[in-house]
Amino acid sequence: MSAAAQVIPATTRRQQWVEALAGISFSAPAFILLLLTILAPLGALIFLNFTDYELGAIDFSYIGLKNFNHAWTDPVIRRSLANTLLYVAIVVPGGVLISLFVAILVHRRTRTRGLYEVIYFLPVTSTLIAMATMWQFLLHPTLGPVNSFLKWVGIGEVAFLSNPKLVIPTLAAIGIWQLVGFNMVLFLAGLSAIPRDLYEAADVDGASNPVDRFLRVTWPLLGPTTMFVIVTTFITAFKVFDTVAVMTRGGPGGASEVLLYAIYLEGFQYFHLSYAATLALIFLAFTLVFSIAQTFILDRRVHY
Amino acid sequence: MTAISPGAPAFRAPTPLGFRLRRVASLALVHAILIAGAVFMLLPFVFMVVSSIKPPGEIFEATFRLWPRNFYGLQNFESALTTAPLLKFLINGLIVCLGILVVQLLVAIPCAYALAKLKFPGQPVLFALLLLGLCIPVQVPSLPLYIALAQIGLLNTYFSMMVPFFLSVFAIFLFRQFFKSYPDEIIHAARLDGVSEFEIVWRIVVPSAWPAIAAFSVFSIVAHWNDLYWPLIVVSDTKLATPPLGMMFFADSEVGSNYGALSAGAAIITAPLVIAFLIARRRFIAGITMTGIK
Repeated sequence: MSAAAQVIPATTRRQQWVEALAGISFSAPAFILLLLTILAPLGALIFLNFTDYELGAIDFSYIGLKNFNHAWTDPVIRRSLANTLLYVAIVVPGGVLISLFVAILVHRRTRTRGLYEVIYFLPVTSTLIAMATMWQFLLHPTLGPVNSFLKWVGIGEVAFLSNPKLVIPTLAAIGIWQLVGFNMVLFLAGLSAIPRDLYEAADVDGASNPVDRFLRVTWPLLGPTTMFVIVTTFITAFKVFDTVAVMTRGGPGGASEVLLYAIYLEGFQYFHLSYAATLALIFLAFTLVFSIAQTFILDRRVHY
Repeated sequence: MTAISPGAPAFRAPTPLGFRLRRVASLALVHAILIAGAVFMLLPFVFMVVSSIKPPGEIFEATFRLWPRNFYGLQNFESALTTAPLLKFLINGLIVCLGILVVQLLVAIPCAYALAKLKFPGQPVLFALLLLGLCIPVQVPSLPLYIALAQIGLLNTYFSMMVPFFLSVFAIFLFRQFFKSYPDEIIHAARLDGVSEFEIVWRIVVPSAWPAIAAFSVFSIVAHWNDLYWPLIVVSDTKLATPPLGMMFFADSEVGSNYGALSAGAAIITAPLVIAFLIARRRFIAGITMTGIK
């Protein structure tokens, strides 16, 4: 700042011009893309939602909230929403608590830490479609190794993907499998940030057993990390699509239809575009609260 | 033993045998839990590799064995590579990921610099709109984008697969944070020397932002290599399929019942990122988790 203060006013005014010009031209590409790929489509989506437009139609008319009313009473959408929420209700607590538990166990390891990190993180980097296909083989009701193991143990065959009651929990287990490593690394970063002397102090205070140490030191200090992990896990879980598209296609009998898959079918398979627009807005409404929370945390959290 | 109990004072007298036994037992329990979890994590990977080298008859035998009686790997990989253009899928994945990444960086870096270091009219409005953009998942604008691409006849092109991701609002935020901490004195000195703002960004500020750029690149490539939703919508031509989409076509075709070949195909498609991850583990973990958003 000191260098700038010494410069004579004429140059300062010139510098302001240069800055304004550079600022506008530097941000113009981003602004145009923001307009074209996010804001204008969002506006179009809201507009579509009030019409009866279908792909290829020349003519369409304003129908008000008919699409919303239709979605409200549509059994497919109700089922999809219920299934999505059930999936989220399993993946969020499961994905957060299991990864926290694993992170606490891995955190104290010295020589084996890297190995466990690699193993638990592997599903995050791998292509979910390929791995979902493998899970499908593994869980095959009669031929799959998981079921031959269960038979050998004496539990008997379990129809993981063809029993309507089990299909969402099974997909949720695969969802947890995919994101445990991701959450674990976030928790490990949070754990490393806890000063060691706090544990020593807790030791002196008589909190020497692991449960006490966890409740008095680890858990309170991991608060912000946990908050962030819950929010990202919710958003990821709510967007479940890949495993449904590959493994079940909404079956059996609609038992695994989820919201994003319903939007995909309505919009891009049946081309009911205006109805799909309404469904996309419903989807947005559900994720928005969590996206805003995530953006808010992110803005303070990224230290780069 | 001190290594596993960081909270314990270093000067502690030799511990009684019972105490040491309890430590060993708890350590064994911890590893038992972690290994049980690791088996679950690795299950599909092991199954994929093992099935890819087994003849069709051996894959679903009642007793699971790790090594096949008859090695059938060559046949499986050959039939995977000949029945589906797997290498083409990998090249498509590479083209799409790199195309997206290059445009993302070219767009986000100058904008982030402008937001962090320059004063210009409309700056607060732009910032607010970007914040709004960050809250909208890509699945929401996908419908109008699809209609627009269909209208101008650009479905089934590389461009259509890349265009929704050209703007990464997240990259702008990440780089803005990074640039903010760059010393103003250096920028002022460069300006006094007559260096243009364009050169200040690309020659002076960007080299210092290398860690952030590397982390973001990893994040972006992993996300778009594995993305199914958008390519599934805009591409129906097998020749343009990215790895996940190609895998889906592959599993749907009549080869789909040839489990050995399908496993080999899955292994080929998964391999590039997994190998890159194993080589650059720290960078991968840092990149994917630092960004923490999907």
